Amino acid sequence: MSQKQYWKGLEELNNTSAHQQVVENEFKEDLPFGLSTDLMDATTPRRDFLKFLGFSTLAATLVASCEMPVRKAIPYAIKPEDITPGVPNYYASTFADNGDYCAIVIKTRDGRPIKIEGNELSSVTHGGTSARVQASVLNLYDKARLRAPLADGQEATYEAIDRRIKEGLEANKQTAYLLTGTILSPSTRDIITQFTTKYPNVKHVVYDPVSYSGMILANQASYGKATLPTYHFEKAQTIVSLGADFLGTWLSPIEFAKGYSKGRRISAKNLKLSKHYQFEANHTISGANADHRATCKPSEMGAVAVALYNALTTGAKPNLSSPKLNELVENAAADLKKGNGLVVSGSNNVSVQTVINAINDKAGANGNTVNWTVTSNYKQGMDSDMMALVAAVKAGQVGALMIHGVNPVYEYADGKAFGDMLAKIPVTVSFADRLDETAQKCKYVVPDHNFLESWGDAEPKPGYFSLMQPGIAPLFKTRAMQDSLMTWAGSTQTYGDYWKNYWSTKLGGQENFDKALQDGVVEPAGEMVNGGAAFTGNVADAIGKIQAMKPGSALELVVYQKVSMGHGGVWSNNPWLHEMPDPITKATWDNYACLSPLRAKELGAELTGQNEVDAKKHVISIKSNGVEVQLPIVVVPGMHNDVVAVAVGYGRDAKVGMAAASDDTKGGKNVYPFLTSNGVTFDAYNTNITVDKTDKLYEIAITQTHHSYEGRPVLHEMTFEEFSKDTNILLKERFEEVGKFTEMPWQPENAEDKRKPVSEGGEPTEENLLTMDEKFRENGTLYPNYVAPGIKWGMSIDLNSCIGCGACVMGCQAENNISVVGKTHVLLAHEMHWLRIDRYFSGKPDQPDSIQTVFQPMLCQHCDNAPCENVCPVSATNHSSEGLNQMAYNRCIGTKYCANNCPYKVRHFNWMDWNGADCFDDNIYEDGRRDGLNDDLTRMVLNPDVTVRSRGVMEKCSFCVQRLQDAKLTAKKLGRPMKDGEARTACQQSCPTDAIVFGNVNDKESAIYKLRTQQQRERTFYVLEQIHTLPNVNYLAKVRNTEVIVGGDEKLDDMMNLHI
Amino acid sequence: MPESLKPLFRRLAHSAIIFVIALFACNFSAFAAPDGKALFQSNCASCHNPLKDATGPALQNVDKSFPSHDWVYGWVHNSSAVIASGDKFANDLYNKFGKTQMTAFPALSKEEIDAILKYVDDYKAPVTATAPEGSSNPNAGAAQDSSYNWVYVMVTIALLTLAIILWRANVSLKRTSNTIEGVPNEKEIPFMRNKLVIAIVAILVFVFAGYWMVNGAIGLGRQQNYQPLQPIFYSHKVHAGINQINCLYCHAGAEKSRQAMIPSPNICMNCHKQINSYTGEADHPLVTAEGKHIDGTAQIQELYKYAGWNPETKQYNRDAKGNIKATPIQWVKIHNLPDHVYFNHSQHVKVGQVQCQRCHGPIQEMDEVYQFAPLSMGWCINCHRQTQVQFANNDYYSIFEKYHQELKTGKRTGVTVEDIGGTECQKCHY
Repeated sequence: MSQKQYWKGLEELNNTSAHQQVVENEFKEDLPFGLSTDLMDATTPRRDFLKFLGFSTLAATLVASCEMPVRKAIPYAIKPEDITPGVPNYYASTFADNGDYCAIVIKTRDGRPIKIEGNELSSVTHGGTSARVQASVLNLYDKARLRAPLADGQEATYEAIDRRIKEGLEANKQTAYLLTGTILSPSTRDIITQFTTKYPNVKHVVYDPVSYSGMILANQASYGKATLPTYHFEKAQTIVSLGADFLGTWLSPIEFAKGYSKGRRISAKNLKLSKHYQFEANHTISGANADHRATCKPSEMGAVAVALYNALTTGAKPNLSSPKLNELVENAAADLKKGNGLVVSGSNNVSVQTVINAINDKAGANGNTVNWTVTSNYKQGMDSDMMALVAAVKAGQVGALMIHGVNPVYEYADGKAFGDMLAKIPVTVSFADRLDETAQKCKYVVPDHNFLESWGDAEPKPGYFSLMQPGIAPLFKTRAMQDSLMTWAGSTQTYGDYWKNYWSTKLGGQENFDKALQDGVVEPAGEMVNGGAAFTGNVADAIGKIQAMKPGSALELVVYQKVSMGHGGVWSNNPWLHEMPDPITKATWDNYACLSPLRAKELGAELTGQNEVDAKKHVISIKSNGVEVQLPIVVVPGMHNDVVAVAVGYGRDAKVGMAAASDDTKGGKNVYPFLTSNGVTFDAYNTNITVDKTDKLYEIAITQTHHSYEGRPVLHEMTFEEFSKDTNILLKERFEEVGKFTEMPWQPENAEDKRKPVSEGGEPTEENLLTMDEKFRENGTLYPNYVAPGIKWGMSIDLNSCIGCGACVMGCQAENNISVVGKTHVLLAHEMHWLRIDRYFSGKPDQPDSIQTVFQPMLCQHCDNAPCENVCPVSATNHSSEGLNQMAYNRCIGTKYCANNCPYKVRHFNWMDWNGADCFDDNIYEDGRRDGLNDDLTRMVLNPDVTVRSRGVMEKCSFCVQRLQDAKLTAKKLGRPMKDGEARTACQQSCPTDAIVFGNVNDKESAIYKLRTQQQRERTFYVLEQIHTLPNVNYLAKVRNTEVIVGGDEKLDDMMNLHI
Repeated sequence: MPESLKPLFRRLAHSAIIFVIALFACNFSAFAAPDGKALFQSNCASCHNPLKDATGPALQNVDKSFPSHDWVYGWVHNSSAVIASGDKFANDLYNKFGKTQMTAFPALSKEEIDAILKYVDDYKAPVTATAPEGSSNPNAGAAQDSSYNWVYVMVTIALLTLAIILWRANVSLKRTSNTIEGVPNEKEIPFMRNKLVIAIVAILVFVFAGYWMVNGAIGLGRQQNYQPLQPIFYSHKVHAGINQINCLYCHAGAEKSRQAMIPSPNICMNCHKQINSYTGEADHPLVTAEGKHIDGTAQIQELYKYAGWNPETKQYNRDAKGNIKATPIQWVKIHNLPDHVYFNHSQHVKVGQVQCQRCHGPIQEMDEVYQFAPLSMGWCINCHRQTQVQFANNDYYSIFEKYHQELKTGKRTGVTVEDIGGTECQKCHY
């Protein structure tokens, strides 16, 4: 097993002196004495100092001697039966955002939703969540939400608005449109049908900002089914993805991640690992997880599909633009022939998807990994319908337009022109929950509830239902879209009653209804039925169309979705998501132009200086058809050299919210206008762009080299072959490192069983390896060995299952009241995430296809021999008898010694009062984008079981101690021992791939104990084990199903000089 | 002064100083002896009254009834063990008081127990002409002690004065003798300018002011004996004391939640739909701490206003949708913990089987509730160190195999909260 050279960024790889200086300073900036320079320059600073001292002492005395405030304890007027103050209630519900689906459980405390968990009863998402699902609870308390309906920009009553809209609709003689995103709700579809029956000239158009209509059309042609299949990644042995980021943003990532991870969970006893090929233009998390990855321009993706089809059917040698592409296509075709293959493509081109369908058909995927019996409803939008609607608007043929769930002025390629035309339509209604770009141009804004305030349902797959129930009564004077439609259609019933009636009837009786509401899901019993479909598509025609495509410009633009930001929408105003580092670029708060190192250098970015070490990035201008945006360069190893990639969801209007607001100095740019139409559908790339240097600089807050290990090895990775040959390979390597410490150091050198490293002739025998952990713990130190009497908590993180999606980061943020610090403070490395995901590259930066990526979630390791504990002068951090590294905030005096001494760099200091700064006037620190959090409304999201930390104290992961205490208390109250799995950390619960296992190591029956000692012993390792910190978090080494792990030889030491 | 007199004076001065120091020492050792009153109030008062039966028996002269003098030590240290041993006296006592087990106090020494017994035997009912029993002056019992102290202080001052006079006389005599013998006298520095005096005074001021300030600072935010006026004069004595209503009837959260829960008016109305006047006026007139007389019936009427109850029609007032028009009562919060403290009632009441009175004091005696305990961290920690967990009774603790082993072999007599990590930071701060 070769020790790879891993690097977080080019600056680390190159290790310039400027970078060294940055990482050497634990805290980036000098202490903030800048404010008092006047004082220091004053003629009598000493006297002033004494004056200030005297004044502040006096002031403190006066303040302290004030009387205690009188606090009130106000019970309910009439206590609801099922609420006990202080005890959380859980409601099964559904997250649905334009077809993105997740079955959830809402945790409410004293009537407020504060956390969202996955619903484990769902056979679609299996309890997994995503970063956006986790963060969605913050959107409920968004300050920018409308608090009442608007007519012509003025607050109005529902009665007045209803009357005017009804009159408008009745008077309308032209076609009217109801424009929505994908609607998963069957009852809502019924209501829309009722509405269109009442107003027959209303047409319902479904449109998805990030479109999948190419796929739907191809499926219609290939199988006669205008829908999407269900993909069974768990059954796939060979996975080939052509530009589909199925683990990050494509279609239903939670579902796919769950399935995908099942094929990745290799152990010494079960040597089975799926093989994942990824072809892509930019660097996605699916590509980062792939075993084999090759890049191509987006316009070449069709050719790759054709080559793969030919290689699979005729065995024709591919002739693509790079040898690596050819190699991968050949290998992938060979592997697909072995069966259990699955090919997916992110293309929105009908011809490309037809070829993909043909490949899946030939590979025997239909009915196996591609399920056509139970299909998926996730996306239903049709680009051509939207294009027709826009044409009708332009032609002045639209009498009324009602828009729900989508924001075409922002998200449509020609949104600006569309927005200008809206004024000509007599009746325009938006159901948006805020004054977004489209709502601003509409006559009426009838705000819809947040999904946490709504009744509703979803049907992600035909026959698989999921109910939505509110966790709180509507906060504002909003009204469900369904209620509005029903009112306008003349119904007197409320949607809530209609919905209840609908489901009681459908499920047959109150009892079934109650059960369904409690479970949250209604699904057919047993395993999901699987079936194929006969392929009837015209491959030859599709291949011909693909080959006729014109080659694009030298550089091509990829418009992609970030894991955190998605298509934009309300996510653009979610500060948690803005501050979540992007899995690949580790950038926060802005969008930017992703470029490969070579191309970036060409466009003026110094890879060893300015652009990589300093936060100020060079700005480039991207032009196409009269649209221009200027964006800073972020160098992303693994990008195709001829591709520039920019994320959507940025460049929003100020009225979308404080965090979303953008101008030249903040908030990024909108790149939806760069989407191009191929006549039938919209492509998420643009082949006709020009890119120019500018002399501007723009700061991007990137966290990739914050918390640096300065090159110390923290990862273990091996190939499938290495691991299968010798499953003890990692154990032996660990023995090499720590074996010599497993005996008392004062034993004579020549003692017979004195354990030496393997290199010195020490024997890594089975017995030695088995007792290694124990002996190292006891003998590697002079301190006595403490044995936890009751519980000892431990966590294991599987680097093979972790896909880097960031759901855990957001789960932790919601659970533990983690503060958002804003861009200016992220620039100073002040971010507070207790759990971060470190992303390491290896390979040659100038060869995008050589890049391999590893994710490593990093949190407090709860060392039993913790370096931080020894240096705290006030013992604010110390060890519990359960193995927790405790942090007592009220004891901390903020010396930050612990953070200096932590080898894992997981401690975070509160430089400011992030949550209560508004208690004084004019006391907000930021550029304004994070300040929405200092508000009584937003603070309702805080978890009352976790202290809100104030300025001047250190904080770090607590292993969700509030949950551990709660689990123990529950067991104590029931008078029985705690069961394994009762105590779960937020990160563990949010993980869609079950990469995190947590429990009581003292319990020999627990999953964590079995995993460490039996199931995954061969892959278990501890980070920086040799320094004898004795972490309570272990990792499972990554096994890549590939021939070579790139990097790590001497030739690469001068990599930068050689290659760039 | 003749030379021969000098040693005499010196000896006299020395012995005076030694005497004074000895006197101080006596005084200090008097302070160091166990303070029965303080011990009683912090450990026993929540369940015992010296003069009458409460949760436990009246303690005055109770020691005369014990089977033996040593019996009480075992009983206080671990009453359940004594009961389990089949001791007849212990079992009778246990049964007499409704099988309520006395909390074990393994940390109390024999001297301390003796001191408590002495205190309760000497205890005299406070003489209060007007104030009702609940608000009796807690300092009444200390009168005798302080008279002793007064004598000590007077003697000390007198002796100090004597020492100073003797010292001054010594100095004057010495100066006189110097003048007579022609030896030059050192110029005498006035008392106030004496550097030694200034230093001593400065140090004393620093020490005492520091002590006072630190104590004051520690006391900031603590509200022991806080007894605010409440929107309704609700008497715990009438409800929990006289009428024997179980605490958990109203404070249902105490066994389920971190909050004990103040009942909402509709809980009150479960009884007060029927009970619309206060009939206990003769036996127990309601009087505030200030001595103002309270009309109990009027207070019930006050409750009706909050609950939205119309006592004439015996119906709730309802709005158009049929919802009861109730308003929440804004009670003044008495027990305030800082935000960084996590306290869970169910952990203590349900799991720990701790009596409410342990922290809330003789709540069944209070007309107006006051904060009985200091609610300081030291107070919490102290209890966690002394209190034994329900180790044998709760199967949760079966995972602590080592302790069970030690209990079996007799190496350990009990498991306190501290032993299972109950004094660690993150048990209460997270």
